[in-house]
Amino acid sequence: MLDKNGIAKRIAKEVQDGYYVNLGIGIPTLVANFVQEDINVEFQSENGVLGMGPFPFEGEEDADIINAGKQTITTMPGASFFDSVTSFGMIRGQHVDLTILGAMEVSETGDIANWKIPGKMVKGMGGAMDLVASAENIIVAMMHTNRAGAPKLLKKCSLPLTGVACVKKIVTNLAVLEVVKEGFKLLERAPGISVDEIIKATEGNLIIDGEIPEMVL
Amino acid sequence: MIKKKVNTIQEALKGVQDGMTFMLGGFGLCGIPENAIAELVKLEVKDITCISNNAGVDNFGLGLLLQKHQIKKMISSYVGENDEFERQMLSGELEVELTPQGTLAEKCRAAQSGFPAFYTPAGYGTEVAEGKETREFNGKMYVLEEAYKADFSFVKAWKGDEAGNLIFKGTARNFNPAMCGAAKITVAEVEKLVPAGTLDPNEIHVPGIFVKRIFQGKDYEKRIEQRTVRKK
Repeated sequence: MLDKNGIAKRIAKEVQDGYYVNLGIGIPTLVANFVQEDINVEFQSENGVLGMGPFPFEGEEDADIINAGKQTITTMPGASFFDSVTSFGMIRGQHVDLTILGAMEVSETGDIANWKIPGKMVKGMGGAMDLVASAENIIVAMMHTNRAGAPKLLKKCSLPLTGVACVKKIVTNLAVLEVVKEGFKLLERAPGISVDEIIKATEGNLIIDGEIPEMVL
Repeated sequence: MIKKKVNTIQEALKGVQDGMTFMLGGFGLCGIPENAIAELVKLEVKDITCISNNAGVDNFGLGLLLQKHQIKKMISSYVGENDEFERQMLSGELEVELTPQGTLAEKCRAAQSGFPAFYTPAGYGTEVAEGKETREFNGKMYVLEEAYKADFSFVKAWKGDEAGNLIFKGTARNFNPAMCGAAKITVAEVEKLVPAGTLDPNEIHVPGIFVKRIFQGKDYEKRIEQRTVRKK
């Protein structure tokens, strides 16, 4: 079974040379730590920076330079700052090549829910609805089940939706799956995880076609 | 040169009344109009509607107006860092309209630029689209979103001149440019107010035509929400 860093490490393998990438809060943020060093990638943060770098050295934090998680950051050579309209123009206009975000639930038709638990948690969608409605290439980073062990890969989402039929790929602590017409197509197993364990942890239609290889991290 | 400079914050906020709708720039606490917010607290203006991406934190930014129960309605995309906000929302004291972030930015820009409405894919098939017109373009579904209508825009820039031209720094730019000229009166506060002719026209982010009043801000706290660092 993978931990959060393991999920991030597996997703990092999907990041290709020349990609502009938007990383959501949580596990997606960790992906930046595992991207191959010999490829050129720029990270976009929707609050208005392209070419985001690592956290600043102690004492060099600048209140005017933060990411969408409100964390202090630095910029890389070639970086740019812009306003929110331009930022979402990049996103809506499909200029960002890859969007990686977290989810509470995903349905077998690629619907995603990640912004609201009625009566309990209402923090807002932030930029997630714009991102999922526009991006061609969306990878969801999530745990396969919730804390009680109940599946989060469902036939139909039970929580209010963030977007419909938009998720293409999912990387969980147990598996890599692709959303196809018929449901969740199992592509890879996490190290030490059997296909049976994945079947048990998944509610939505799971497509198992032949031998399922173990992930290479 | 058309002069936009005002000398006092009282003059800058002249005309502010109970029940008005305000746009306020900033993302989290980054690039927020600290001086205008402090003055709105002092003026005790009530029943206001605030259009702002976030709602500040408990004791800073728009959180200061929330503490005093001055806000009737909040229009934001993300309100996660504020316990008092959550309490007022769940108890029904505060009306909240959650809007996707890109849509919020565009609704400001539409108001600035003379568009009554626009189509966006964001929120299609979700509760955000409920009751709104939807339409298909090239096989994809879109939601019709209307421009905001506001009485005042309060924005904050790094540098500005007496003609109202603005230059922003880093990610403190965020929603500020789109809010300029998007309300009946735009009030800009700046860290450095310089004489006209001092700023390079090539480097202006917002032309002065979108700004009605500009003033020299003071005592900027520029609080950091998440101080993240690495060791040398």
